[in-house]
Formats: sequence, C-alpha cells, structure tokens
Amino acid sequence: MTTSDAGHPAHPAAPGAWCDRCGEPAGTGDHPACRASRELEPPRYCAHCRRRMKVQVLPVGWSAVCVAHGEIRG
Amino acid sequence: MPEILDQARTQVLGDGVGLDEAGVLAVLNLPDEHLPAALQLAHEVRMRWCGPEVEVEGIVSLKTGGCPEDCHFCSQSGLFASPVRSVWLDIPSLVEAAKQTAATGATEFCIVAAVRGPDARLMKQMREGVAAIRAEVDIQVAASLGMLSQEQVDELVDMGVHRYNHNLETCRSYFPNVVTTHSWEERWETLRMVRESGMEVCCGGILGLGETVEQRAEFAAQLAELDPHEVPLNFLNPRPGTPLGDRPVVEGKDALRAIAAFRLAMPRTILRYAGGREITLGDLGTRDGLLGGINAVIVGNYLTTLGRPATDDLKLLDDLKMPVKALSATL
Repeated sequence: MTTSDAGHPAHPAAPGAWCDRCGEPAGTGDHPACRASRELEPPRYCAHCRRRMKVQVLPVGWSAVCVAHGEIRG
Repeated sequence: MPEILDQARTQVLGDGVGLDEAGVLAVLNLPDEHLPAALQLAHEVRMRWCGPEVEVEGIVSLKTGGCPEDCHFCSQSGLFASPVRSVWLDIPSLVEAAKQTAATGATEFCIVAAVRGPDARLMKQMREGVAAIRAEVDIQVAASLGMLSQEQVDELVDMGVHRYNHNLETCRSYFPNVVTTHSWEERWETLRMVRESGMEVCCGGILGLGETVEQRAEFAAQLAELDPHEVPLNFLNPRPGTPLGDRPVVEGKDALRAIAAFRLAMPRTILRYAGGREITLGDLGTRDGLLGGINAVIVGNYLTTLGRPATDDLKLLDDLKMPVKALSATL
C-alpha cells in the first residue's frame, strides 16, 4: 500500500482518526466487520476528515482521492 | 446414485442436451452426500463440451456510481446511502488497465459503466477508449453499459466490441423484488438486439438475492432459453447502504450445487466465476468450482471491490492443469 500524498497515512486509518470503511470514529469500538472487509475493499472515507473519497478500482490496484487530503493508492 | 444424476449423465454428458427447470431443481436439492458426484459430473460435461481451457477476463469500471437505477444489490445506485461516489476513468488509465489485464494472459477485457443505458458522452468515451485499446493492446474488448437502443448496438459493433454483457440478475418471477426502475423484459429486449447484431451475448446474474431454490432453477432455465455465449455467476457480496446490505452470504455448498446445476443446464456455455466467490467459497471452494463446471474466471479486482491477486488464480489453474485460453482461440 502506498500514498502519493506524503505526510498523510495510507489505508488503514491512523488511530484516533475516522474509519476509512464505515466513516465512524476509528477509536470507537474495534470495527471487526471493517477489519474483516478491508482485504477485499478499498477505503471509502478519508481517515483524516471523514469525507467520502472518489475511489477508482482497477484490475490491479485502486486509488482514492480526498479533495482535502489528496490521493492514496493501494 | 440419485436418478437425476443418472439422467444427466445420459442426457447432458452423452447427448449435450441441458437439464430443464425440473432437472436443475432436482440437482439444487441434492443432499450434501451427493454433491461431489454432481460436481464430478458437471466437470465431465464441461470437459467434454467445452474442453480444458479456461477463459480469463479482467473488468474495469469506466463510470462508477451515481446510477439512477435501484438494483437492490448494487453499491453504485445513486438512490441508496452507499459510500461509493461517482467517478469517471480517463482514457490513458483505461488503456493502462487493459495492458495490466493482458499481462495476466487474459483474452477478455470488459468495460463497464454504472448507467441505465449509455448517453452520448459515454458512447464518445467508449469510442475513444476502445480505439485506443485496440491500437495498443492485444485483447478482446467487451462492454457492459446497461440497456441499449438499436443504434447503440450498431455503434458498439462498429467500434469492434465483440461481446456485450447484460445480466438478467435473477429469474423473471423474482426480478421485481430486486429492481423496480426497469423490467426484466427491458433487459431481455437489449439481449435480443445484441444477439441479432452478431455480438456475443454475455448474461448471468447473482445468487443469494433472497430468491428461493425454485427460483434459482427458474433462472437457470431462463438463461438456458437465452443460450448465451457466456454466463457470469456472481454470489451476493452484501454492500453497506444497499437494501440487500444485511443479507447473509450464500453457503459454500449451495454455491457449488448451483455451479453444478447451471453447468448441467448449459453444457456448452462459458460459465464464469464473477463477483463474490472470495467470501462465499474461499480458496478451497474456488478450486472445487473449477472442478465442478466453471471454465472461466474474472481475475484481479472487480468494479468497486477487490479480488484475489491474479497470480493466485493463475497458479491455481496451473496446479489443476487447466490451460488459459489463448487469444487466437477466441478470434
């Protein structure tokens, strides 16, 4: 997993931020369903600001863009 | 040996005539102890009437999300509180995706858009994208753009699109429970036009939408009546925010029973593993399906979710001594 936006953590979300799958606070509960799903799903929410990201899934890899925090790739 | 499997051995394996709806239902209702025999017979049918080759395909979403239709399983409908946002893929990225797909040994690359049917902007994007792919990548191009007009069918043929996917999704009797913004018959009409155009028809659906076993058999029989070149078989991967987001996934053995039954209904079709197999079947079940009637796979990622790495699937095919169909064999 990589990021093209140096300084911002890539998927999965950093502790204390938002869950990048369900958009709820990452520190509330342990998000077992999100953790289980992550292997087969790209992130949908920005872990920094909870905005829904524009996600493009490609045959190999994916990219997700937050208008405020830039692009991450996996 | 259950009577239905004896009948299928003579009728399907011997004569190449698929089971009817009642026969499919009998297979779907086989107890677990007879599932290995059903899968073995379905494999023999596939080997006899299709051969050992496996057709490998990659898919990509040209236009994601924001769809006006209400297909209850789909995270790309703009009518549900799904986290999927609308996004378009540019032509250079589309060509790169085709190159990535071809590098796996795939012969098929299907361009998909989440729309009711294509508008002028999408058709222009398709024309430019297909031309760019054909100029740079040695791969067959398929498309899935929803419901078409006759003019759009003709235009896709003119572009060089050789196969068109339009899933009926489920049987006619259950369809209104899954989609209310258009009808099963409207989908059938697009499929009729595609067939008459000379493009190959790709039509399948999703199991686990809440249909009964009887309705699964009805669906197999309706697909057999359509006689598509390819049937992609999906298993519901419940998507957050959709009306079917809380449905349970299909049990692995039920999925395998369906694979065997659909193969016995359609002995000559390309029966493709599509979405959902990772969560429904896992690695072991994926192998069982390939030894139970499946003869095509989508490799890599799907439209909004991720798949197994293509290398894992290709290694599995190698282990099973199932050669990947060559491009020359598809022309």
